[in-house]
This record gives sequence, C-alpha cells and structure tokens, in this order.
Amino acid sequence: MGFVMNQEEFSKTIENLSKNYRLYAPVIKKGEGRCLDEDIVRYDFVTKAEEIELELKSDYSFKEILLPLSETLFFFTENETKVADKNTSDVLVFLRSCDLHGLRRLDDMYLRNGKEKDFFYSRIREHVQFVLIGCPHSYKDCFCVDMGANKIDEGYVFTIEPKGDGFASEIKDDDFTKYFVGQSEHVKVSYVTENETKVNVPNNVPLSIYKSDFWREYDARCIACGRCTIVCPTCTCFTMQDTFYDPNGKVGERRRVNASCMIDGYTNVAGGGEYRKPHGQRMRFKVLHKIKDYKARFGYNMCVGCGRCDMVCPEYISFSTLINKLDDQIKKEAE
Amino acid sequence: MGLDVNAKKMMKNAFRVSKVRGETASRVRIPGGLIDAKSLAKVTEIAEKYGNGNIFITNRQGIEIPGIKWEDVDAVKEELQSIIDAIGTNQVDDETGYPASGTRNVVACPGARLCPFGCYDTTEFAHKMEDVIFPNNRHVKIAFTGCSNDCGKVRMDDIGVMGMTEPQYDPDRCIACEQCVKWCKKRSVGALSMVNGKVYRDPDLCIGCGVCVHYCPTRAWTRSKEHYFRVVLLGRTGKVNPRLAEDFAKWLDEDSILKMGHNLYAYIEDYISKDAPNGKEHVGYIVDRTGFETFYKYLMKDVTPGPKAEIATTMYWGGKRYDRSNNLK
Repeated sequence: MGFVMNQEEFSKTIENLSKNYRLYAPVIKKGEGRCLDEDIVRYDFVTKAEEIELELKSDYSFKEILLPLSETLFFFTENETKVADKNTSDVLVFLRSCDLHGLRRLDDMYLRNGKEKDFFYSRIREHVQFVLIGCPHSYKDCFCVDMGANKIDEGYVFTIEPKGDGFASEIKDDDFTKYFVGQSEHVKVSYVTENETKVNVPNNVPLSIYKSDFWREYDARCIACGRCTIVCPTCTCFTMQDTFYDPNGKVGERRRVNASCMIDGYTNVAGGGEYRKPHGQRMRFKVLHKIKDYKARFGYNMCVGCGRCDMVCPEYISFSTLINKLDDQIKKEAE
Repeated sequence: MGLDVNAKKMMKNAFRVSKVRGETASRVRIPGGLIDAKSLAKVTEIAEKYGNGNIFITNRQGIEIPGIKWEDVDAVKEELQSIIDAIGTNQVDDETGYPASGTRNVVACPGARLCPFGCYDTTEFAHKMEDVIFPNNRHVKIAFTGCSNDCGKVRMDDIGVMGMTEPQYDPDRCIACEQCVKWCKKRSVGALSMVNGKVYRDPDLCIGCGVCVHYCPTRAWTRSKEHYFRVVLLGRTGKVNPRLAEDFAKWLDEDSILKMGHNLYAYIEDYISKDAPNGKEHVGYIVDRTGFETFYKYLMKDVTPGPKAEIATTMYWGGKRYDRSNNLK
C-alpha cells in the first residue's frame, strides 16, 4: 500500500500532516557551514514540502530533537524547582534507515539502561513518530550495509522518497492514509544494498589493543574538536550546567548539554586530573565504544555506518578507514 | 639607424627600461592573482619566443617577462592580447598592450575561493576594483585580503581591504565546549568569554575573523549573511617614510569601498605635487601635505556607509622617517 505523488500532491500531503504534527526534517541551511557560502544540511522544523531536503545526506543527525544540544531541565530558587516547559505536541521526524537504527541506540541508552527511564528524554520521545526516507542509492562515506543499518522494517509510519519528478510513499500505519493526496499504488521503499566503502569490524578485540601504539598516530592527527561525535546519530553523552542568575545568585537553572569524549574537559576530575589527555587515547575510547564496548553491554554494535564523522572531520581522519586498519592491526598482533 | 625608443611612453605601456641595453621587460597584469592556465602558457610562449626564457613573478602578483628586444615590442603586444582578453583587463585599443602602468596590479590573497577562512571572494572584488581604477597612470596600490590575518599584506598598500564576518550566535546550539573561546584566544584576539555556560562576544574587541565559526562543532556560530570589510589606508614602503597602513573603517560594505577607490583619483589629480617625477607621487605623501580632513572629504564623497560601519575621524601614521634620521636606535 502506498502513494505516488507529484510535487503539488506532495505539498498538499505535507500541508495536511502539518495540521496535526510538527514536522522535523533535514533542511538546507544556506551559508551556515564553516566556510563562506557553504551550505549545510541539518534538522529543523518545517511546515512546507519544499523545505524538506530528501536528496542530500544531512551533515547533522536527527538526534537533536531527542537530545537537544542544550536543554534547560529545570529552574531553581532557594527551596523550589520547576521543570522547564517543553512543547510536547506530536512530531514526525523524517530520517533515513541508518538514523532509525541509531534511534534504537538512543532508546536503549535513555530508556532501557538502568531502572529509570530518563524523564527528559521520555517526555519528548513519547510524542515522536518517524517517517523513513528511502535511499535509492548510497552516498559518499556511507557504510551502512556492513553495519547492518541499510534496511529497516519497523519503527516508522510511512516512507518517503523522490521518484521521477515526484515522490513515492509506502504506508506502514494506515492511520496516516488520510493525510495523503496522490495516486494509490503499491510502493516499496528503496534501500541500499551495497556501499562503496566497506568495513571489516573486528569480532574479537583483544585487550592488548588498548595499549597498542596503533592509537599514537591520532595523538598528532586529531585536533579533538569533537565534530565526529556531534554529528553522530548514536553519541549520547551529556554534561550538566548549573547557572546562577545575575544579580540574584540564589536562583538559576540547570541545563543539559551535549558532551563529547573527544573534546577537552570530558575526563577532567577534581584536583586537575585528566584521564585521556592524548587525542589518540580519546580516539581509542570513541572507536572501541562504537564497535566493542557498547556491544558488550547491549549485544550489537553502536555504529550505524552513516559516515557523517568521515564527512565532517577537518583533519581527514576516516572512521571507516580506521576500523579497517584496526582490523588489520588486530590480525597482525595475533600472529 | 640608431635605436630610438620613447622610454617614457613605453613605461606607461607596461614595458620597463631594463638595465640590459636594448632590452625591455613586459609586465602582465593579473588582478586578484588568478590567471587561467591557458594565459599562463601564453606567457611562457612569449618568454620563450621573445624573451630570454625566464619569467619574473612580481611582488604584486603580476608577471614580468624579461629579455625582450625593443624591436619586438609590437609583436609582444599582439601576443599579449589573448591574455588581456581572458583576464578582462580594461584596454583602449586592441593589440596595444596595457594602456597604463602607474596604477599597480590589484593584489588579492586566494580568499574564499580557496581558503577556509576567507570572508569574501577576494578575486572578484579585486576585479571589480580593477574595473573602477584601471587604466590610470597615477601611482596607486590597492590590495585585498580575505580575513583579518592579512596574508595579502594589504597594510603595505594605499587602500587595504580585509574581509570580516559578523559571527552569529545561536545559544540553543551551544554546548559550551569552549573551543571558540580557546581558538579566539590562540589564533585571534580573545574577544570571547564564557558567561553562565554560554559565550559572550565582546563586539568592540571582535575583529570579525570567523575563527569561532570555523571551530564551532555544532554550528552555534555561523557567518553573517552580509560581507563586511575593514579598510586600512596609506601604508607604503619606500625610501623616505615607510609605514604600515592604519585603520580607517570597519564593518564597511563593498559599494562604499569601490566608491572610495574611484574618489582617491580625484583627490590625487587636485593635490599631487606639480613637479612629481613622471606624475607619480605616493598618495600618502600628498595626504601628509594636505592633511587628513581634505583627503577625507574627497575619499568619502557620495559614499554612504551601511548602518554597521564605523569610520575613523582622524588618522595618524607612524613608521621610520629616514629624511630626519638614519640612526638605528
């Protein structure tokens, strides 16, 4: 079951959806890149079809809606606290298969990792549903196939992808049929079956690799900017900020902001200690978390192979290349 | 028949008098320092056919082809035509070479076409300025550089233009990683500080270099849609009083700067020393004579700076005064 829509019908469909949902989708942000006139694609709320970027791969992931880069959690006075208001109206998030696989990591981390669900994550998550953007082809740096994130059969209400001069949608949840304007047709979502980039994720990572000189290369190459973790759909770390208002320092607010194991300060402890100062060690921590440590806890690899970290690295450090080099190194050290 | 060359005329035609008797060198203008590969091949061809096989790369991003016989000047002018056409240099008549040489090649660093820090298309702006000021025999040097780093060394020029961006901050995207603060301190002026977990930018201290934008991992910092410029005036090298250009304006716009380029010549025409050798006098020395106010009136005629622009009302220059003292201390 599905729909084929021309541009006009797609616009009308989005308009219909907008009446009941806030739509969160990849958007081209003109000139918001680092360099002059450089556009980036990142997520934002949209109300019109033409704002939604369905062709280009997004530079930043969808995760910002569930894990805002900076979120005020509550306000405090001397004796009381008040939870910060949040717009909890229903949201439809447009994302690709890799990101929807990423969602499982976020959910496991915030909802199923310990006794309590994370309150602030839950209150947004409960109102979010997903629209799968089909991938008729792979993109540069993608390695979703080897990470098993190229295809997904559940967790979305319908799909959307450009087709010819128009768009095609496969309906998963019949409740959404009413929003569609277009030709009713049998539609199957496209997915990638092969990437140019291949990775051999090592199955057994020996403890000896922690001490290996392998990581030293990144002491010099990595500048610890953390862009790889900010764009990653599976990085979930945060830190807290308590700020006290000026001039009344007895009231203030607590914020939760994204944190990164690559950025200075992450392993700082009282007394001035810093556990992972060399950038190569930070790289080791990140890489092994993505393909080993997380798996040890949850049973599947964290990395979904979206390749955004490769796209964003200013020093041209390729995560996928690193994984393959690591695999070679482990084999070499085993000999 | 003896070799009779109108040397003064030739100089204005961009053929210099070489120390080698009987030879000249052909100067090729490359505004903005960008030349297409075909034109560069043509330069090579001229150097091999008429020159001595060598090519000088000049300090002002031009090219000088040495070892050309005075007799071959007309043939060289014909050959230069394809280069002049490709670069789009203003010309009076075809195949007459360059119509002037006093106004020097407009210099530009590679800017935003190549450099990640470039705040504008320096080559394009250099060409726009070239269109306004060339051909002209008055001795004027104008240079463009993409950002406050001044790789283009525009502080050595009469008009130096540096790109600026006004960093735009979205506190909701800021994670307080403090990289902008750190890099602003390390690579720039330290205009940023942390206040209550967010970044404060001191607007007076900020030079608009864009280092914060470059290092921000979240796009909390982005570039302003508008392109802004710092303008520095009347730097120079030379025998008497070499000095760096001083700040005249910041957060200025492109149109204003192009008008200033145009206005500069009217000022020179009215105030240049009547006995300046070959009608050439560094404009800075003219200003030393007339005073800044007169210069300012000419320079800013019909210029309407944007609301953000800040303009100096008085200016002072320093530098060594060799006409007063040649002592080292």
